[in-house]
Amino acid sequence: MKDQYDIAVIGGGIMGCGAALRMAQGGMRPVVLDLGDLGQGASGVNAGTLSLQIKRVKLIPYALRGHEMWEEMGDAVGFRKTGGFTVAFNSREAELLHERQTLKAAAGAPIEFVSVETLRKAEPNLSQKVQAASFCAEDGYANASLTGQYYRAKLRAAGIPYRERCAVTAITQGAQGFTLETVDGPVHATRVLLAAGGWLQPVAQMLGVDLPVQARVNTVSVTDRMPPIMSHVIGHATGLLTMKQKTNGTVLVGGGWQGRGTPQTGRGNVTAESLLPNLALAQFAVPALGDARVLRSWTGFEANVPDFYPLAGALPGVPDAFVLGCVRGGYTIGPYISQLMGDFILGREPEMPLFDPGRDFEKALT
Amino acid sequence: MSDIYDIAVLGAGPAGTNAALSAARTGKTVLLIDEQPAAGGQVWRAKSKSIFSAPETPESRAGDTLRTRLVAATTQGTIDHLGDTRLWQVEREGNLWALHLLSDGKVAKRTARALVLASGAREFVQPVPGWTTPGVLGLAGATALLKSEQTPPGMTTVVSGTGPLAFYVASEIRRLGGTVVAVVTPNRRRDWLRALPAMLCRPKLLLRGAWWMADLLLGRVPVLWGHTVTSVTGQHAVSAVEVQAVDHVWAPQGAAQYFRADSLCLGHGLIPAIEAAQLAGAKIYHEPALGGWVPVAKTDGSTDVTGLYLCGDGAGIRGADAAEIQGTLAGLKAASDLGVEGLAEEMRALTRAHAALSRFGQAMTALSIPRSGMVQWSTAQTITCRCENLTRATIEAEISAGATSTNALKSGLRAGMGPCGGKFCQTAIAQMIARKTAVALADIPPPTPRPPLRPVPVSAMAEGFDYHDLPIPKPAPL
Repeated sequence: MKDQYDIAVIGGGIMGCGAALRMAQGGMRPVVLDLGDLGQGASGVNAGTLSLQIKRVKLIPYALRGHEMWEEMGDAVGFRKTGGFTVAFNSREAELLHERQTLKAAAGAPIEFVSVETLRKAEPNLSQKVQAASFCAEDGYANASLTGQYYRAKLRAAGIPYRERCAVTAITQGAQGFTLETVDGPVHATRVLLAAGGWLQPVAQMLGVDLPVQARVNTVSVTDRMPPIMSHVIGHATGLLTMKQKTNGTVLVGGGWQGRGTPQTGRGNVTAESLLPNLALAQFAVPALGDARVLRSWTGFEANVPDFYPLAGALPGVPDAFVLGCVRGGYTIGPYISQLMGDFILGREPEMPLFDPGRDFEKALT
Repeated sequence: MSDIYDIAVLGAGPAGTNAALSAARTGKTVLLIDEQPAAGGQVWRAKSKSIFSAPETPESRAGDTLRTRLVAATTQGTIDHLGDTRLWQVEREGNLWALHLLSDGKVAKRTARALVLASGAREFVQPVPGWTTPGVLGLAGATALLKSEQTPPGMTTVVSGTGPLAFYVASEIRRLGGTVVAVVTPNRRRDWLRALPAMLCRPKLLLRGAWWMADLLLGRVPVLWGHTVTSVTGQHAVSAVEVQAVDHVWAPQGAAQYFRADSLCLGHGLIPAIEAAQLAGAKIYHEPALGGWVPVAKTDGSTDVTGLYLCGDGAGIRGADAAEIQGTLAGLKAASDLGVEGLAEEMRALTRAHAALSRFGQAMTALSIPRSGMVQWSTAQTITCRCENLTRATIEAEISAGATSTNALKSGLRAGMGPCGGKFCQTAIAQMIARKTAVALADIPPPTPRPPLRPVPVSAMAEGFDYHDLPIPKPAPL
C-alpha cells in the first residue's frame, strides 16, 4: 500500500520541523524529508545569536515571540538569556548604532544605550577602544548545533515520520496530490511545504516556480575552551561580528563573513580571506581572545531574497503548495513563524501576518 | 624563488620528500612543507637535536639518507623546505593552490600550481577501559618517543596491538633498555602465515621481522597471540594491564590474566590522514584493506581534481617502501602535467615497482583491519571521545535517539568538535553507528571536513590587522 501523507515537508530545519509539529497538533499527518540530517543546514550551523539588536524593525514583534519560545525550549537547546551589547569603535559607527537601535526600540525591543563605564563594568575584557554601546536585556543565545537533536526528539514524541539523507529529486502534481521522487522511493502527499532554506530555489524549481532566493554563505568559528572572558552576547555596530562564550568555555564567533560555494555543490567552503579579518575583529573587540585557538570554522547557507523579508505563504501558481523560509533572523524567528505557517496550512487565521511569497520583491513591503 | 611555486608538497616523510626531490630534479620550483623540524615523517623520524649520537637502526639510516638528499637539494636551492610548519587551510585561487600555513605563531600564505599531498597516517586505538590513563601510549605514538627521544615509555611495558608495529615497538623498547612484560596481539600465527607469500617479495623486511621475534624469544618475553588488552588498571598511572583471549572476530572470551606494568603501548592500525585531501576537493571511499576511508587517486597520485596529487600512506596505507616510490612517481606526474617531457619511461618503471612493494604493505595493513568483536573491548563507561569526555553509553544513547550519522553525533554531543577535530574518535564512533543501525561502515562517512586542519591561535589569525582596512559592508536593511 502506498503511503499517502496530508503534507510532505521538504527540509528538516527549524522551519520544516516547527511547521510539521504544529500541523500534527492540528490533526494533519505530515512527513518530513531532508537531504541531510535534521537541523544540519542554517538551523544547526548558525552562530545561535538571539539578539533583537540585529533584527529588522518590522520583524521585532515576531522576534519577541521567538525569544519567548526559545526560552521555553530552555536547556534542551542550550538557551541562555545573557543580555547583549552592541559596540561601536568610532563616531561613524556610534551614529549608525544610535540611528538603528532607536528605531528598533521604538518597534518594541527593550534596547537602551549605555555608557562606556557601564559597559566596562559588565564586560571588563572588552577593548578600551569602544566609544558607544547599546544593550538589550532580552538578548542571549541558544546552541544551534542542538537543533537537530531537539527536533528529532520532538518529531519522534509526536509520532511524525521523518526521513534523513532522503533528497527529493523531482515533484509532480496529479489528481491525487503530489508525488515526490526521493532516493528512498516515491512519497505521496496531498500538499507540500517547501522549507528547504538555502536550497529553496532549486526545490521550487521542481514545481516550475522561480523563487528569487539566493544563498548567503555565512562563516562561523569556534575556539577551544577558555577561562571566562565575556558574559554577554557581543555584537558590532556594523554587524560584522557576533560573539559569545558558551557555558563550556568555548567562544563562538560569527558576523556574516562570506565563504564560497552553492547549496547545489555541497555545504560551502570557508575562505581564509573572510576568516582572518573575522577573527581579527573578534580579537580587536576582546583582546584576551588572542590566547584562544580556533578549532573549527564552517559555513552555512542562509536564504536571501531581494527585499530581505521572510517567505511564508502559498507558493504562487501551484495549488496546495506552500513555502516557508526566513531571511535575516531565521533562527530567532523560526520557531514562531513556523507555527504561524502551520496555522495557515491548517486553515486557521495566523496570529500575525505572513509574508506572501508571490509578492513583488522589487517594491518595499508596506 | 618566485612568489608562485610550480609544485608544493605537504609532508616530508618518505612519500613527500621523494615527491619534492623528483619534482625538483625536473627543474620545477618546489616547496616542501612539514610539521616536523627535520624530514623523515613518522617512520623515519629524526632523533631529537639534543641527542648527540645514538646507535644506527635501519629506520635512522633510511631517514638520514633521505635527509642528506633533501639538504643537498635545499642547498642547491631547488627545494624550499619549510619545517615546523603546519598547513591549516587549502583553497583554490583560480588555477593555483593557496596554502595557508602556521609557523612560529604566525600565519602565512604560499601559492603553487600543483599540490602534492603526502599527509601520512594517524593511529587508530580501539578504546578499552582505562585507555586514557597516563602511561598508555599509542603504538605509533610510542615509535615517535623511541625514535626521537631514544627513550622507552616506562620501566615495564606491555605492548599490544595489531600488525607488525607491536613487534617493532617491543623490540625497540628492549634495545633501548626497557623491559617488555608481554606482547599481546589479536592476530594469530595463521594470520601471519597468510601474509607470508606477500612478505616473501621483501626478504629484507621479512628477515627484520624474524629478528624481532628471535629477540623476544631469547628475552623470554611472553607473546600472546589471539589476545587483547581489555582493561588498564591505575588511578593516576598504569599499574596493571588486563588481557583476554579473543575469538575469530576478536571478541574477548575466557578468563582474564593480569600483567603488572607501568606503561602500555596500544594501537590497532593506521588510518590515512585524509582531511587535507578532502579540503582540496578529493572524493573519498571506504576500503578497509587500505586503512578505512581513502581519497580517490591513481597510482601516479593524480586525482579528479586538476593539479592535485596524493601519495604515500595518506592515499592508502601501503607502508614506507611503497610510499617512497609513489612519492617519486607523484612528483614526476605533477611535473609532467606541468609540461616536463621525457618522464614516461621512468614513470612506467616506478608504477611497476610500486605494485610489488604495495603488495607487502597491504599484507601488513590487512592484519589491522578492524573486526566486529572489537566493540566489546570497551564497556558502557569507557571514554570514547577523549576531547569531550564522552562515554560509549552517551554516544550509543544518542544513536538510539536517532543521530545515525557522524555529523549528527558531532552536532548533538560535540564528538569531533574538540582539539583533535574527530581524528581520534571517528573510527570507533562509526563502528558504534554501524552496529546499532545495521548500516555498512562504507555508508557512514566521516563528518564534513572543515578548516583549520590544525588548531590556529586567534592571535596568529589577527596578526597585522588594521581596523581601518575592515571592509565595511552596506548596513543590513532596517
